[in-house]
Amino acid sequence: MHKWYGKFHVLKDLNLTVEQGERIVICGPSGSGKSTFIRCINRLEEHQQGQIIVDGVELTDDLRQIDIVRREVGMVFQHFNLFPHLTVLENCCLAPLWVRKTPRREAEATAMEYLKRVKIPEQAHKYPGQLSGGQQQRVAIARALCMKPKVMLFDEPTSALDPEMIKEVLDVMIELAESGMTMICVTHEMGFAKTVADRVLFMDAGEIVETAPPHEFFSNPKEGRTQQFLKQILHH
Amino acid sequence: MSNTKDLPPPKTEIGVVGWCRKHLFSSWHNTLLTIVVAYFLVTLIGPLLNWLIFDATFSGTQPSDCTGGGACWVFINQRINFYIYGFYPDPLQWRIDVMFVLLAVAFVPQFIENFPKRKWFGIFGLTGLPVIGYILIPGGHFGLENVPSSKWGGLALTLILSYVGIVASLPLGTLLAMGRRSDMPIIRGLCVIFIEVWRAVPLITVLFMASVMLPLFLPEGMNFEKLARALIGITLWQSAYMAEEIRGGLQAIPKGQYEAASALGLGYWKKMGLIILPQALTLVIPGIVNTFISLFKDTTLVLIIGLFDILGAVQSTITDPAWQNVTTEGYVFVAFCFWVFCFGMSRYSQNLESKLDTSHRN
Repeated sequence: MHKWYGKFHVLKDLNLTVEQGERIVICGPSGSGKSTFIRCINRLEEHQQGQIIVDGVELTDDLRQIDIVRREVGMVFQHFNLFPHLTVLENCCLAPLWVRKTPRREAEATAMEYLKRVKIPEQAHKYPGQLSGGQQQRVAIARALCMKPKVMLFDEPTSALDPEMIKEVLDVMIELAESGMTMICVTHEMGFAKTVADRVLFMDAGEIVETAPPHEFFSNPKEGRTQQFLKQILHH
Repeated sequence: MSNTKDLPPPKTEIGVVGWCRKHLFSSWHNTLLTIVVAYFLVTLIGPLLNWLIFDATFSGTQPSDCTGGGACWVFINQRINFYIYGFYPDPLQWRIDVMFVLLAVAFVPQFIENFPKRKWFGIFGLTGLPVIGYILIPGGHFGLENVPSSKWGGLALTLILSYVGIVASLPLGTLLAMGRRSDMPIIRGLCVIFIEVWRAVPLITVLFMASVMLPLFLPEGMNFEKLARALIGITLWQSAYMAEEIRGGLQAIPKGQYEAASALGLGYWKKMGLIILPQALTLVIPGIVNTFISLFKDTTLVLIIGLFDILGAVQSTITDPAWQNVTTEGYVFVAFCFWVFCFGMSRYSQNLESKLDTSHRN
């Protein structure tokens, strides 16, 4: 698929198939289009040419199709984007209640279950503003999981965090990956990529330059641009 | 554990003495300022209180009863019925009283922290109350005698005008603000035109148009009452202001909030209703209340189309030759009435703001 911002060709001829249960890590220099790419998968961004098919549903201008896809695709943002006027529990219950029409009691039980999984059930009745960045991001992960999505998209989930909080979020993500969730992560955490990814994608200037399993990607990158990128991020 | 016992702070730092030292007499020029201000307060407030209360006459029935040299509140006492109800017939004034009581029932709990289910009282005030008022005040249904709007007046009319203006303009303004931020060019264009036209017109012109011009354009036989026309004019005019106020709030909400809501599968109306508007409206409460307060005072302009709100009612009586020099009393009374309601709105907005602030920004 292709995407343009005005005349600027941001995404060029991307072609990717993700199997169920697969963990994909996308990396690349900033401005390479990796965030734009995953934001196309739940149509926060529109693409202009080609097809995006999520779980058999094609994303077009049709709002119903978009709604169906968004229900099945969870997303975690760089800046958490929790709803500050709602408590942690309300943040988690909101979409199940209003989109899936789950009964309140059931939605709250599910929410508590996921909050336990991300290890902050005791914060359920606080407001996001009272939590640290790492805790907020874990709530954001729980909020996305409460919709029981089939795919989880992570858009640089640790980039806005203080170093000591990155680990707590990565631990949750690793646990999630091990439970068999299909995940597409844009991240600079190469340790995470090595541990859980099935495939690592390297993007530059709107193109997928290289796709390889992590051990091959890190030890034996084929493309010149990949080698250069890896040299820059691994040697400092 | 430390071995030193906690000592009380020095006497000069706490209590009344400490407070005075810190806030009034912290340095020689602050001391001087305190003394100068205190002198002016005493010389100004003393005579004012004398006029308002100590030398004023409260009881009596005629102008000759006012002998104290202070304010002649007897005059207000004598006319209070007219100031509150206008020309509303005496035996039917209980209907207005019921509305006053319901208004109090709906809104007084909003000022009391921990009042049980006070949210529902507020919701009643915004939904049930206008409906009851619509049936009760004009009458004409359910065996209630009809009272034409030309007989309404005084404080009751002021409250009706501003209440309708406020309750109707808030949702209308919200829709206009959302429309102005819409992706759909036609809706956005219409909203922009509506807002810019109404906002560019003074209320006095709107009222003139509504009362004088509009009947000329309407087809024969189709004619609203003057009051209804004024109400529509005020509401539309106010909703344009409200829309701009709310648009400010909408623009302050980060893009991430819209995206997070969309990513969870919330459609446009749910996204706006559950995520964006609650935050946006909370942000602009001070502005919204500010607009409400100015509308409340602007309703006095209906005087020029011949409706007697409280200011009109008072103004029409102070020229009574039987009472001499009661102009000041009349205007002070009007000012006091306006102040009570505006101050109430202002306090409520502060209360609401602190209650809804969950940002923990400090």
